[in-house]
Amino acid sequence: MLKYFDVIRTLVSVAIALVIAFLIIAMISDQPLETISIFLLGPISTTAQIGNVVEMSIPLMFTGLSVVLLFRSGMFNLGAEGLFFISGLVAAIIAIYASMSGFIHPVAAILAGSMVGALLSVIPGIMKAKWNADVLVTSLMFNSILSGIGLYILNYHLRDAAAFSNVSFKFQETARLANLIPGTRIHTGLILVLLCIVATHYFMYHTRWGYELRMTGSNRAFAEFSGIKTARVIITVHLIAGFLAGMGGAVEVLGMYSRFQWSSLPGYGLDGALVALLAKNNPLSVVGAALFLAYIRIGADQMSIMSDVPAELVSIIQAIIILLISAEQFLKMWKNRQLLKEAEKLG
Amino acid sequence: MDSFWSVLFSTDFAFSVLRVTTPILFAALGALISNKAGIVNIGMEGTMLVGALTGVIVSAYTGSAWIGLLGAVMSGITLSAILAYFTLKIKTHIILGGIAINMFASGGTVFILYLVSGDKGTSTSLQSKVLPNLHIPLLQDIPLIGPILSGHNVLTYVSLLAVAGVYYMLKRTPLGLQIRSVGENPQAAQSVGISVGKIQFIALLLSGFFAALGGAFMSMGYLSLFSRDMTAGRGWIAIAAEALGGGSTIGTFLASLIFGATNAMANALQILKIPSELIATFPYVATVVGLLVYAIVESKRKKRKKGI
Repeated sequence: MLKYFDVIRTLVSVAIALVIAFLIIAMISDQPLETISIFLLGPISTTAQIGNVVEMSIPLMFTGLSVVLLFRSGMFNLGAEGLFFISGLVAAIIAIYASMSGFIHPVAAILAGSMVGALLSVIPGIMKAKWNADVLVTSLMFNSILSGIGLYILNYHLRDAAAFSNVSFKFQETARLANLIPGTRIHTGLILVLLCIVATHYFMYHTRWGYELRMTGSNRAFAEFSGIKTARVIITVHLIAGFLAGMGGAVEVLGMYSRFQWSSLPGYGLDGALVALLAKNNPLSVVGAALFLAYIRIGADQMSIMSDVPAELVSIIQAIIILLISAEQFLKMWKNRQLLKEAEKLG
Repeated sequence: MDSFWSVLFSTDFAFSVLRVTTPILFAALGALISNKAGIVNIGMEGTMLVGALTGVIVSAYTGSAWIGLLGAVMSGITLSAILAYFTLKIKTHIILGGIAINMFASGGTVFILYLVSGDKGTSTSLQSKVLPNLHIPLLQDIPLIGPILSGHNVLTYVSLLAVAGVYYMLKRTPLGLQIRSVGENPQAAQSVGISVGKIQFIALLLSGFFAALGGAFMSMGYLSLFSRDMTAGRGWIAIAAEALGGGSTIGTFLASLIFGATNAMANALQILKIPSELIATFPYVATVVGLLVYAIVESKRKKRKKGI
């Protein structure tokens, strides 16, 4: 039982959050049972709905993976938000202005977005590694700066006056990501993110680099003492995390839209922190965590369309999950009792 | 360029700087107090939002702006108490706890707004009240200064008084001393009999109190209604202002004024077709540069110490 303590705690947290959500539904809905069943079964009712869940999970996997790397190395960096946004914009610029053939065009746009993400991400990383500047505050500042710059580029240089809202010119067809499963909008970005997840898992658990990262994360001073160049580890982690967050932004823009249309930060960066938390900072678990988050969001959307409960219920569920999962002391008593029991068995 | 300067050097502009600074200043003072106690409360944005909504709802149902303000403050304190319980008692990571508060607030306020008013966008259907503007006798008749300083919302004056209050509290009262010592060295504070948990709890409650005041100003002064995500990042700006202010009360006040001025400038200069998006980023860039300089100086100082 003890081996699975983290898993159990995660499941219990999710269960408590869902029970509270059901209680809220029961209080405000005229037909509570029907509403709950829409919320729970809506996302798997049709192929299109399942497709929606998978589509929504793709950006969550990218930012979740990016945040897993940062959290695992002990960096409380919330910059994925701004990087996702600005890299999406960079990819959009290439999708609008460059002319290339069908396969090369999205590859070039995604690479450009990822590179920009990596280069911008490394600035707070260097500041942390060299001079110990607080990475949380600098990354938050970067979010605001990148959002300002991005909106300036959108409003003053990319904006299509012929469209009736604040959106960019249309992307060229060659730049859009190919559809993977007919009947849904699932695009090739899914393959890309799964490859990234497997690669990250390999590097984190089967290479020296991953070992150094994990050591730095659990105790930087000790890692430094045992000969690991922690400054280099921190800078490398920031480069890769920024690359992944940037790739996520680029893939999302090219996979889901035909114009760039974010008029503010889209929120996937902070969602990434939630995914990382649900995944217990484990790359492979990011898949399940992102799918779960996408699932309850699509369920909530369905619920708000077909019943009298608004979709924003989902943010209450998310808040409860975060508070409980990251609570070290939550269910500790139970864990201690289990420990005692095992000790008695041995003694 | 003439019109640029004429916009910046008008009494209207100076007036609007104070107005725009008010919510930022409140939240920045809140962030300052919790940071002084060694806890980073990044839930400011969410706490402001909840305060703004509660003020509107309570004032609409009681018919009194003041009871609305009281409700807003209570909601902010309650939310911070929940955050404090989770972070201090059952050890939720404080940053993740702050993220939870923000997530709860951004959707939860819309959820509650919908239940109360049937609208997901604004609270126009609620007859909420507005806190009064004060016209200060004598002061308002002084040329130049009068039109800038008089006629503000009562909370704007409260925010300025709060600067003095927080300064005095941190520097001159036992509570302030305890907050600072807990923040600087919790073990040492513990060893002289200060209850670290209790002081941090109080500091978090105070940060929620100030954030809620900022939120109440947004919906009962700056505007006369609640609209979804109306704080629009001011809670994050407040955290930046606290950082730019270098952790001092006066510094936080000045930094809040700088952020307020750039926000007001961004509003004013839109008419002149100068990109407001870029102007709005200047204070953040200044904060990053400020943090960088501070970090370099600190790490050099530490290295020198080691050298001896």
